[in-house]
Amino acid sequence: MAIAKKAVVWGLFAAGGTLTSFVFPALIALFLLIATGNVPEGLQFDQIRTFAVSWLGKACLFIVLFLSVWHAAHRLRVVAHDFGIRKDALVANAVYTIAAIGSVLAAFYLLMIG
Amino acid sequence: MSTQTRQMELEVMRYDPEKDDAPWFQTYSVPCMEDWVILDAINYVKDNLDTTLAYRWSCHMMVCGSCGMMVNGEPSLTCKTFIRELPDKVRIEPLENFPIERDLVVVLDDVMQKLHQVQPYIIRKDDPPAEDKEYIQSRGALAKFKQLTMCINCMCCYAACPQYALNKDFIGPAALALAHRYNRDNRDQGKSDRLDILADHDGVWDCSFVGACSEVCPKHVDPAAAIQQMKVDGAVEFWKQKMGIPGDKS
Amino acid sequence: MSRNPYVRPISTTTWYMRHGRYKVYVLRELTSFLVMFYSFLTIYGLSALTGSAERWDAFLASQQSTAMVVFHGVALLYFLFFQTFPWFKLAPKAMPVQIGEKKLPDSYIIIGHYVAWLAVSVFILWLAGAF
Ligand code: SF4
Ligand code: SF4
Ligand code: FES
Repeated sequence: MAIAKKAVVWGLFAAGGTLTSFVFPALIALFLLIATGNVPEGLQFDQIRTFAVSWLGKACLFIVLFLSVWHAAHRLRVVAHDFGIRKDALVANAVYTIAAIGSVLAAFYLLMIG
Repeated sequence: MSTQTRQMELEVMRYDPEKDDAPWFQTYSVPCMEDWVILDAINYVKDNLDTTLAYRWSCHMMVCGSCGMMVNGEPSLTCKTFIRELPDKVRIEPLENFPIERDLVVVLDDVMQKLHQVQPYIIRKDDPPAEDKEYIQSRGALAKFKQLTMCINCMCCYAACPQYALNKDFIGPAALALAHRYNRDNRDQGKSDRLDILADHDGVWDCSFVGACSEVCPKHVDPAAAIQQMKVDGAVEFWKQKMGIPGDKS
Repeated sequence: MSRNPYVRPISTTTWYMRHGRYKVYVLRELTSFLVMFYSFLTIYGLSALTGSAERWDAFLASQQSTAMVVFHGVALLYFLFFQTFPWFKLAPKAMPVQIGEKKLPDSYIIIGHYVAWLAVSVFILWLAGAF
Protein backbone atom coordinates (compact mmCIF):
# COMPACT_ATOMS: atom_id res chain seq x y z
CA MET A 1 0.00 0.00 0.00
CA ALA A 2 1.54 3.22 -1.17
CA ILE A 3 0.08 5.31 1.63
CA ALA A 4 1.47 3.13 4.40
CA LYS A 5 4.95 2.90 2.88
CA LYS A 6 5.25 6.66 2.46
CA ALA A 7 4.04 7.25 6.00
CA VAL A 8 6.67 4.87 7.36
CA VAL A 9 9.64 6.22 5.42
CA TRP A 10 8.60 9.78 6.09
CA GLY A 11 8.29 9.02 9.79
CA LEU A 12 11.84 7.64 9.78
CA PHE A 13 13.03 10.64 7.79
CA ALA A 14 11.53 13.10 10.25
CA ALA A 15 12.74 11.27 13.36
CA GLY A 16 16.20 10.87 11.81
CA GLY A 17 16.32 14.51 10.79
CA THR A 18 15.65 15.61 14.34
CA LEU A 19 18.19 13.20 15.75
CA THR A 20 20.97 14.09 13.29
CA SER A 21 20.36 17.79 13.89
CA PHE A 22 20.95 17.27 17.59
CA VAL A 23 23.71 14.67 17.54
CA PHE A 24 25.76 15.07 14.36
CA PRO A 25 27.47 18.37 15.19
CA ALA A 26 29.00 16.70 18.27
CA LEU A 27 29.80 13.57 16.26
CA ILE A 28 31.58 15.55 13.56
CA ALA A 29 33.41 17.52 16.25
CA LEU A 30 34.69 14.23 17.68
CA PHE A 31 35.98 13.13 14.27
CA LEU A 32 37.61 16.54 13.98
CA LEU A 33 39.39 15.99 17.31
CA ILE A 34 40.51 12.54 16.18
CA ALA A 35 41.81 13.98 12.92
CA THR A 36 43.92 16.53 14.78
CA GLY A 37 45.47 13.70 16.79
CA ASN A 38 43.94 14.82 20.08
CA VAL A 39 41.92 11.68 20.64
CA PRO A 40 39.74 12.39 23.66
CA GLU A 41 39.98 10.19 26.73
CA GLY A 42 36.59 8.54 26.22
CA LEU A 43 37.52 7.34 22.74
CA GLN A 44 40.52 5.34 23.89
CA PHE A 45 40.02 1.62 23.32
CA ASP A 46 39.14 0.53 26.86
CA GLN A 47 36.72 3.33 27.50
CA ILE A 48 34.81 3.32 24.20
CA ARG A 49 34.67 -0.46 24.39
CA THR A 50 33.13 -0.37 27.83
CA PHE A 51 30.51 1.98 26.44
CA ALA A 52 29.81 -0.16 23.37
CA VAL A 53 29.65 -3.35 25.42
CA SER A 54 26.89 -2.01 27.66
CA TRP A 55 23.37 -2.50 26.39
CA LEU A 56 22.59 1.16 26.89
CA GLY A 57 25.58 2.12 24.77
CA LYS A 58 24.63 -0.36 22.08
CA ALA A 59 21.04 0.89 22.04
CA CYS A 60 22.10 4.54 21.75
CA LEU A 61 24.56 3.86 18.95
CA PHE A 62 22.11 1.71 17.07
CA ILE A 63 19.22 4.15 17.25
CA VAL A 64 21.41 7.02 16.08
CA LEU A 65 22.88 5.06 13.17
CA PHE A 66 19.61 3.45 12.18
CA LEU A 67 17.61 6.68 12.03
CA SER A 68 20.48 8.57 10.40
CA VAL A 69 20.86 6.24 7.45
CA TRP A 70 17.10 6.13 6.86
CA HIS A 71 16.88 9.88 7.10
CA ALA A 72 19.70 10.31 4.61
CA ALA A 73 18.31 7.64 2.30
CA HIS A 74 14.96 9.33 2.03
CA ARG A 75 16.54 12.70 1.41
CA LEU A 76 18.85 11.27 -1.24
CA ARG A 77 15.77 9.98 -3.00
CA VAL A 78 14.40 13.53 -3.07
CA VAL A 79 17.79 14.86 -4.22
CA ALA A 80 17.74 12.45 -7.16
CA HIS A 81 14.30 13.71 -8.10
CA ASP A 82 15.39 17.34 -7.74
CA PHE A 83 18.32 16.76 -10.06
CA GLY A 84 16.02 15.37 -12.70
CA ILE A 85 16.41 11.63 -12.22
CA ARG A 86 12.91 10.34 -12.86
CA LYS A 87 13.36 6.64 -12.18
CA ASP A 88 11.91 6.99 -8.71
CA ALA A 89 11.19 3.30 -8.08
CA LEU A 90 14.77 2.40 -8.96
CA VAL A 91 16.24 5.21 -6.88
CA ALA A 92 14.00 4.31 -3.94
CA ASN A 93 15.15 0.70 -4.08
CA ALA A 94 18.79 1.74 -4.25
CA VAL A 95 18.78 4.24 -1.38
CA TYR A 96 16.61 2.15 0.92
CA THR A 97 18.85 -0.85 0.26
CA ILE A 98 21.84 1.21 1.33
CA ALA A 99 19.97 2.20 4.48
CA ALA A 100 19.06 -1.40 5.18
CA ILE A 101 22.68 -2.51 4.73
CA GLY A 102 23.83 0.23 7.09
CA SER A 103 21.27 -0.80 9.69
CA VAL A 104 22.23 -4.46 9.50
CA LEU A 105 25.97 -3.73 9.64
CA ALA A 106 25.53 -1.43 12.62
CA ALA A 107 23.52 -4.09 14.47
CA PHE A 108 25.99 -6.81 13.51
CA TYR A 109 29.11 -5.00 14.68
CA LEU A 110 27.45 -3.83 17.86
CA LEU A 111 26.52 -7.40 18.70
CA MET A 112 30.06 -8.52 17.87
CA ILE A 113 31.47 -6.17 20.47
CA GLY A 114 30.88 -8.54 23.34
CA MET B 1 -0.98 62.81 -1.27
CA SER B 2 2.36 63.29 -2.90
CA THR B 3 2.40 64.53 -6.45
CA GLN B 4 5.95 63.43 -7.15
CA THR B 5 6.32 60.93 -9.92
CA ARG B 6 9.04 58.47 -10.80
CA GLN B 7 9.57 57.24 -14.32
CA MET B 8 9.62 53.46 -14.32
CA GLU B 9 10.35 50.95 -17.03
CA LEU B 10 7.85 48.13 -17.08
CA GLU B 11 8.98 45.10 -19.06
CA VAL B 12 5.76 43.23 -19.56
CA MET B 13 5.45 39.77 -20.98
CA ARG B 14 3.05 39.66 -23.92
CA TYR B 15 1.49 36.69 -25.59
CA ASP B 16 -1.26 36.69 -28.16
CA PRO B 17 -2.53 33.12 -28.61
CA GLU B 18 -3.73 33.91 -32.12
CA LYS B 19 -0.53 35.47 -33.40
CA ASP B 20 2.47 34.59 -31.26
CA ASP B 21 4.44 31.37 -31.19
CA ALA B 22 6.06 32.33 -27.91
CA PRO B 23 5.80 35.15 -25.36
CA TRP B 24 7.89 38.28 -25.76
CA PHE B 25 8.57 41.42 -23.74
CA GLN B 26 7.21 44.88 -24.35
CA THR B 27 8.61 47.83 -22.44
CA TYR B 28 6.43 50.67 -21.23
CA SER B 29 7.69 53.83 -19.58
CA VAL B 30 5.27 54.78 -16.83
CA PRO B 31 5.23 57.92 -14.69
CA CYS B 32 4.50 56.40 -11.30
CA MET B 33 3.40 58.06 -8.10
CA GLU B 34 5.54 57.01 -5.19
CA ASP B 35 2.60 55.55 -3.30
CA TRP B 36 1.52 53.34 -6.19
CA VAL B 37 1.46 49.60 -6.25
CA ILE B 38 2.48 47.65 -9.36
CA LEU B 39 -1.17 47.15 -10.24
CA ASP B 40 -1.59 50.95 -10.49
CA ALA B 41 1.29 51.09 -12.95
CA ILE B 42 -0.26 48.32 -15.04
CA ASN B 43 -3.62 50.08 -14.96
CA TYR B 44 -1.86 53.21 -16.17
CA VAL B 45 -0.52 51.27 -19.14
CA LYS B 46 -3.96 49.92 -19.94
CA ASP B 47 -5.65 53.32 -19.60
CA ASN B 48 -3.06 55.49 -21.31
CA LEU B 49 -0.56 53.50 -23.33
CA ASP B 50 -1.90 50.20 -24.59
CA THR B 51 -5.50 49.05 -24.40
CA THR B 52 -4.64 45.58 -25.71
CA LEU B 53 -2.85 44.46 -22.52
CA ALA B 54 -4.74 41.62 -20.83
CA TYR B 55 -4.52 40.94 -17.09
CA ARG B 56 -6.76 40.15 -14.16
CA TRP B 57 -7.67 42.27 -11.18
CA SER B 58 -10.72 43.30 -9.29
CA CYS B 59 -10.58 44.52 -5.71
CA HIS B 60 -7.27 46.39 -5.48
CA MET B 61 -7.25 45.52 -1.78
CA MET B 62 -5.84 42.01 -1.35
CA VAL B 63 -9.18 40.30 -1.19
CA CYS B 64 -10.13 38.90 -4.57
CA GLY B 65 -6.85 37.12 -5.23
CA SER B 66 -6.89 37.71 -8.98
CA CYS B 67 -3.91 40.04 -9.48
CA GLY B 68 -1.06 37.59 -8.84
CA MET B 69 1.90 38.00 -11.21
CA MET B 70 5.65 37.53 -11.26
CA VAL B 71 7.31 40.82 -10.30
CA ASN B 72 11.04 40.63 -10.93
CA GLY B 73 10.82 36.86 -10.68
CA GLU B 74 8.89 36.83 -7.41
CA PRO B 75 5.26 35.65 -7.27
CA SER B 76 3.45 38.72 -5.99
CA LEU B 77 0.02 40.14 -5.41
CA THR B 78 0.42 43.24 -7.55
CA CYS B 79 -2.06 45.28 -5.49
CA LYS B 80 0.18 44.71 -2.48
CA THR B 81 3.55 45.27 -4.14
CA PHE B 82 4.61 48.88 -3.68
CA ILE B 83 6.78 50.50 -6.32
CA ARG B 84 8.81 52.31 -3.68
CA GLU B 85 10.29 48.95 -2.77
CA LEU B 86 11.33 48.27 -6.36
CA PRO B 87 14.08 49.47 -8.69
CA ASP B 88 13.30 51.70 -11.69
CA LYS B 89 13.16 48.73 -14.00
CA VAL B 90 10.60 46.05 -13.26
CA ARG B 91 9.87 42.87 -15.13
CA ILE B 92 6.30 41.62 -15.04
CA GLU B 93 5.35 38.13 -16.11
CA PRO B 94 2.30 35.92 -15.70
CA LEU B 95 2.43 33.56 -12.70
CA GLU B 96 4.96 30.84 -13.29
CA ASN B 97 4.03 27.16 -13.52
CA PHE B 98 0.75 27.95 -15.27
CA PRO B 99 0.02 27.98 -18.98
CA ILE B 100 -0.37 31.49 -20.39
CA GLU B 101 -3.83 32.24 -21.76
CA ARG B 102 -2.94 35.73 -22.99
CA ASP B 103 -0.42 38.32 -21.81
CA LEU B 104 -0.56 38.24 -17.99
CA VAL B 105 -3.58 35.99 -17.77
CA VAL B 106 -2.92 32.35 -16.86
CA VAL B 107 -4.99 29.19 -17.14
CA LEU B 108 -6.12 28.13 -13.68
CA ASP B 109 -8.27 25.11 -14.57
CA ASP B 110 -5.84 22.70 -12.95
CA VAL B 111 -5.77 24.31 -9.52
CA MET B 112 -9.50 24.95 -9.59
CA GLN B 113 -10.02 21.25 -10.03
CA LYS B 114 -7.54 20.54 -7.23
CA LEU B 115 -9.24 22.90 -4.82
CA HIS B 116 -12.46 21.06 -5.56
CA GLN B 117 -10.84 17.66 -5.23
CA VAL B 118 -9.91 18.03 -1.55
CA GLN B 119 -13.58 18.43 -0.57
CA PRO B 120 -13.23 21.85 1.03
CA TYR B 121 -16.46 21.89 2.98
CA ILE B 122 -17.72 20.51 6.26
CA ILE B 123 -18.56 16.84 6.00
CA ARG B 124 -20.78 15.32 8.68
CA LYS B 125 -21.19 11.62 9.34
CA ASP B 126 -24.03 11.96 11.82
CA ASP B 127 -27.47 13.38 11.25
CA PRO B 128 -27.66 17.04 10.37
CA PRO B 129 -28.58 19.10 13.39
CA ALA B 130 -32.09 20.27 13.99
CA GLU B 131 -32.83 23.71 12.66
CA ASP B 132 -32.54 25.33 16.04
CA LYS B 133 -29.18 23.80 16.86
CA GLU B 134 -25.77 24.82 15.72
CA TYR B 135 -22.33 23.28 15.83
CA ILE B 136 -20.41 24.74 18.69
CA GLN B 137 -16.90 25.95 18.08
CA SER B 138 -14.77 27.32 20.86
CA ARG B 139 -12.25 30.03 20.26
CA GLY B 140 -9.46 27.58 20.95
CA ALA B 141 -10.84 25.22 18.31
CA LEU B 142 -11.05 28.06 15.82
CA ALA B 143 -7.48 29.08 16.56
CA LYS B 144 -6.34 25.66 15.31
CA PHE B 145 -7.06 26.62 11.71
CA LYS B 146 -7.96 30.30 11.56
CA GLN B 147 -4.76 31.25 9.77
CA LEU B 148 -5.60 28.74 7.03
CA THR B 149 -8.93 30.43 6.29
CA MET B 150 -7.12 33.57 5.12
CA CYS B 151 -6.28 32.10 1.72
CA ILE B 152 -7.60 34.14 -1.21
CA ASN B 153 -6.65 31.62 -3.90
CA CYS B 154 -4.19 33.97 -5.55
CA MET B 155 -2.04 30.95 -6.49
CA CYS B 156 1.22 32.75 -5.83
CA CYS B 157 2.21 29.67 -3.84
CA TYR B 158 1.85 27.42 -6.89
CA ALA B 159 4.00 29.80 -8.88
CA ALA B 160 6.69 29.47 -6.20
CA CYS B 161 6.45 25.74 -5.61
CA PRO B 162 9.22 23.81 -7.38
CA GLN B 163 7.52 20.48 -6.81
CA TYR B 164 4.40 21.69 -8.62
CA ALA B 165 6.64 23.03 -11.35
CA LEU B 166 8.19 19.59 -11.77
CA ASN B 167 5.04 17.54 -11.36
CA LYS B 168 1.66 18.92 -12.30
CA ASP B 169 -0.10 16.02 -10.56
CA PHE B 170 1.06 17.29 -7.16
CA ILE B 171 -1.98 18.70 -5.39
CA GLY B 172 0.08 21.64 -4.24
CA PRO B 173 0.19 24.17 -1.40
CA ALA B 174 -3.11 26.10 -1.37
CA ALA B 175 -5.33 23.06 -1.95
CA LEU B 176 -3.50 21.02 0.69
CA ALA B 177 -3.68 23.91 3.15
CA LEU B 178 -7.40 24.14 2.43
CA ALA B 179 -7.83 20.43 3.11
CA HIS B 180 -5.95 20.85 6.37
CA ARG B 181 -8.21 23.74 7.27
CA TYR B 182 -11.24 21.42 7.14
CA ASN B 183 -9.43 18.50 8.74
CA ARG B 184 -8.69 20.71 11.71
CA ASP B 185 -12.21 22.10 11.99
CA ASN B 186 -13.89 20.49 14.99
CA ARG B 187 -17.25 20.54 13.18
CA ASP B 188 -15.90 18.44 10.34
CA GLN B 189 -15.93 14.65 10.20
CA GLY B 190 -14.52 14.16 6.73
CA LYS B 191 -10.85 13.59 7.53
CA SER B 192 -10.97 9.96 6.44
CA ASP B 193 -12.73 10.93 3.20
CA ARG B 194 -9.90 13.28 2.33
CA LEU B 195 -7.18 10.86 3.38
CA ASP B 196 -7.12 8.93 0.10
CA ILE B 197 -6.28 11.96 -1.97
CA LEU B 198 -4.01 13.62 0.56
CA ALA B 199 -1.90 10.70 1.69
CA ASP B 200 -1.64 9.25 -1.78
CA HIS B 201 1.23 9.62 -4.16
CA ASP B 202 0.60 13.16 -5.34
CA GLY B 203 -0.62 14.41 -1.99
CA VAL B 204 1.42 15.61 0.95
CA TRP B 205 4.41 13.34 0.39
CA ASP B 206 5.35 15.09 -2.85
CA CYS B 207 6.14 18.25 -0.93
CA SER B 208 9.80 18.42 0.02
CA PHE B 209 9.36 21.36 2.40
CA VAL B 210 11.12 23.93 0.28
CA GLY B 211 8.98 26.46 2.08
CA ALA B 212 8.81 28.73 -0.95
CA CYS B 213 5.01 28.76 -0.87
CA SER B 214 4.93 30.21 2.63
CA GLU B 215 7.57 32.80 1.81
CA VAL B 216 5.54 34.27 -1.04
CA CYS B 217 2.04 33.93 0.41
CA PRO B 218 0.63 37.45 0.73
CA LYS B 219 -1.86 36.36 3.40
CA HIS B 220 0.58 34.46 5.65
CA VAL B 221 -1.39 31.26 5.28
CA ASP B 222 1.80 29.21 5.65
CA PRO B 223 0.80 26.26 3.47
CA ALA B 224 4.20 24.62 4.00
CA ALA B 225 3.49 24.32 7.72
CA ALA B 226 0.05 22.89 7.04
CA ILE B 227 1.51 20.24 4.76
CA GLN B 228 4.16 19.19 7.29
CA GLN B 229 1.46 18.88 9.95
CA MET B 230 -0.50 16.65 7.61
CA LYS B 231 2.56 14.46 7.15
CA VAL B 232 2.98 14.18 10.90
CA ASP B 233 -0.74 13.36 11.20
CA GLY B 234 -0.40 10.75 8.48
CA ALA B 235 2.60 9.07 10.07
CA VAL B 236 1.05 9.09 13.55
CA GLU B 237 -2.24 7.79 12.21
CA PHE B 238 -0.43 4.92 10.50
CA TRP B 239 1.30 3.74 13.69
CA LYS B 240 -1.87 4.17 15.68
CA GLN B 241 -3.67 1.86 13.27
CA LYS B 242 -0.76 -0.58 13.35
CA MET B 243 -0.89 -0.75 17.11
CA GLY B 244 -4.64 -1.09 17.14
CA ILE B 245 -5.28 2.24 18.79
CA PRO B 246 -8.52 3.60 17.40
CA GLY B 247 -7.70 6.65 15.35
CA ASP B 248 -9.58 9.87 14.86
CA LYS B 249 -13.15 8.85 14.28
CA SER B 250 -13.64 11.86 12.06
CA MET C 1 -11.14 33.80 -30.58
CA SER C 2 -9.29 30.59 -30.23
CA ARG C 3 -7.48 29.27 -27.23
CA ASN C 4 -3.85 28.36 -27.54
CA PRO C 5 -2.28 28.42 -24.08
CA TYR C 6 1.50 28.69 -23.98
CA VAL C 7 3.37 26.44 -21.56
CA ARG C 8 6.70 27.84 -20.49
CA PRO C 9 9.45 25.23 -20.52
CA ILE C 10 11.20 24.28 -17.29
CA SER C 11 14.46 22.41 -16.86
CA THR C 12 14.12 19.34 -14.67
CA THR C 13 17.85 19.32 -13.95
CA THR C 14 18.75 22.97 -13.34
CA TRP C 15 15.49 24.57 -12.16
CA TYR C 16 16.95 25.50 -8.76
CA MET C 17 19.37 27.96 -10.35
CA ARG C 18 16.47 30.35 -10.97
CA HIS C 19 16.12 31.62 -7.44
CA GLY C 20 18.23 32.00 -4.29
CA ARG C 21 15.72 30.21 -2.10
CA TYR C 22 15.82 27.16 -4.34
CA LYS C 23 19.60 27.07 -4.15
CA VAL C 24 19.47 27.20 -0.36
CA TYR C 25 16.97 24.36 -0.44
CA VAL C 26 19.18 22.18 -2.62
CA LEU C 27 22.17 22.89 -0.37
CA ARG C 28 20.03 21.76 2.56
CA GLU C 29 19.06 18.53 0.83
CA LEU C 30 22.71 17.80 0.03
CA THR C 31 23.43 17.40 3.76
CA SER C 32 22.09 13.88 3.22
CA PHE C 33 25.46 12.97 1.70
CA LEU C 34 27.19 14.07 4.89
CA VAL C 35 24.77 12.08 7.04
CA MET C 36 25.44 8.98 4.95
CA PHE C 37 29.19 9.57 5.07
CA TYR C 38 29.40 10.00 8.84
CA SER C 39 26.99 7.14 9.50
CA PHE C 40 29.11 4.73 7.50
CA LEU C 41 32.33 6.14 8.91
CA THR C 42 30.98 5.44 12.39
CA ILE C 43 29.89 1.95 11.36
CA TYR C 44 33.39 1.39 9.99
CA GLY C 45 34.72 2.54 13.35
CA LEU C 46 32.48 0.01 15.08
CA SER C 47 33.89 -2.74 12.91
CA ALA C 48 37.36 -1.81 14.16
CA LEU C 49 36.06 -1.88 17.70
CA THR C 50 35.06 -5.53 17.36
CA GLY C 51 38.76 -6.38 17.25
CA SER C 52 41.81 -5.75 19.38
CA ALA C 53 43.13 -2.50 20.85
CA GLU C 54 45.71 -2.43 18.05
CA ARG C 55 42.99 -2.51 15.44
CA TRP C 56 41.12 0.35 17.10
CA ASP C 57 44.30 2.41 17.39
CA ALA C 58 45.03 1.74 13.73
CA PHE C 59 41.56 3.04 12.90
CA LEU C 60 42.17 6.19 14.92
CA ALA C 61 45.54 6.67 13.29
CA SER C 62 44.05 6.23 9.83
CA GLN C 63 41.72 9.13 10.54
CA GLN C 64 44.54 11.53 11.33
CA SER C 65 45.50 13.93 8.58
CA THR C 66 45.46 17.59 7.77
CA ALA C 67 43.09 16.91 4.89
CA MET C 68 40.62 15.30 7.26
CA VAL C 69 40.91 18.21 9.70
CA VAL C 70 39.90 20.56 6.93
CA PHE C 71 37.16 18.24 5.71
CA HIS C 72 35.61 17.79 9.16
CA GLY C 73 35.84 21.50 9.85
CA VAL C 74 34.03 22.42 6.66
CA ALA C 75 31.54 19.61 7.14
CA LEU C 76 30.77 20.78 10.67
CA LEU C 77 29.99 24.32 9.54
CA TYR C 78 28.04 23.11 6.52
CA PHE C 79 26.01 20.75 8.66
CA LEU C 80 25.21 23.40 11.25
CA PHE C 81 24.07 25.97 8.73
CA PHE C 82 22.22 23.69 6.35
CA GLN C 83 20.82 21.00 8.60
CA THR C 84 20.77 21.74 12.32
CA PHE C 85 19.77 25.40 12.26
CA PRO C 86 17.19 25.11 9.44
CA TRP C 87 15.71 22.02 11.09
CA PHE C 88 15.19 23.90 14.35
CA LYS C 89 13.72 26.83 12.48
CA LEU C 90 11.14 24.63 10.79
CA ALA C 91 10.32 22.47 13.81
CA PRO C 92 7.52 24.69 15.18
CA LYS C 93 5.87 24.59 11.77
CA ALA C 94 5.58 20.83 11.68
CA MET C 95 4.68 20.54 15.36
CA PRO C 96 2.92 23.66 16.55
CA VAL C 97 1.96 23.77 20.20
CA GLN C 98 -1.33 25.31 21.19
CA ILE C 99 -2.13 25.96 24.82
CA GLY C 100 -5.78 26.83 25.28
CA GLU C 101 -6.66 29.51 22.78
CA LYS C 102 -3.13 30.66 22.13
CA LYS C 103 -0.46 29.21 19.92
CA LEU C 104 2.87 29.02 21.67
CA PRO C 105 5.13 31.53 19.85
CA ASP C 106 7.46 29.81 17.37
CA SER C 107 10.44 31.48 18.99
CA TYR C 108 9.82 29.59 22.26
CA ILE C 109 9.95 26.24 20.47
CA ILE C 110 13.02 27.25 18.48
CA ILE C 111 14.87 28.47 21.57
CA GLY C 112 13.90 25.25 23.35
CA HIS C 113 15.53 23.30 20.52
CA TYR C 114 18.75 25.30 20.77
CA VAL C 115 18.95 24.85 24.54
CA ALA C 116 18.35 21.10 24.21
CA TRP C 117 20.91 20.89 21.42
CA LEU C 118 23.59 22.61 23.49
CA ALA C 119 22.83 20.29 26.40
CA VAL C 120 23.01 17.20 24.20
CA SER C 121 26.25 18.34 22.55
CA VAL C 122 27.94 19.15 25.85
CA PHE C 123 26.79 15.79 27.22
CA ILE C 124 28.16 13.82 24.27
CA LEU C 125 31.47 15.65 24.30
CA TRP C 126 31.72 15.20 28.06
CA LEU C 127 30.92 11.51 27.72
CA ALA C 128 33.67 11.18 25.13
CA GLY C 129 36.00 12.94 27.50
CA ALA C 130 36.68 15.90 25.25
CA PHE C 131 36.93 18.05 28.38
S1 SF4 D 1 -2.02 29.98 0.30
FE1 SF4 D 1 -1.39 32.11 0.12
S2 SF4 D 1 -0.28 32.19 -1.83
FE2 SF4 D 1 -1.44 30.32 -1.83
S3 SF4 D 1 -3.36 30.82 -2.85
FE3 SF4 D 1 -3.70 31.07 -0.67
S4 SF4 D 1 -3.29 33.22 -0.26
FE4 SF4 D 1 -2.41 32.76 -2.26
S1 SF4 E 1 6.84 23.57 0.99
FE1 SF4 E 1 5.97 21.98 -0.33
S2 SF4 E 1 4.17 22.91 -1.24
FE2 SF4 E 1 5.41 24.59 -0.39
S3 SF4 E 1 6.68 25.28 -2.09
FE3 SF4 E 1 7.80 23.72 -1.00
S4 SF4 E 1 7.39 21.79 -2.03
FE4 SF4 E 1 5.84 23.29 -2.65
S1 FES F 1 -6.73 43.03 -7.11
FE1 FES F 1 -7.82 41.75 -5.71
S2 FES F 1 -6.19 40.82 -4.65
FE2 FES F 1 -5.13 42.22 -5.90
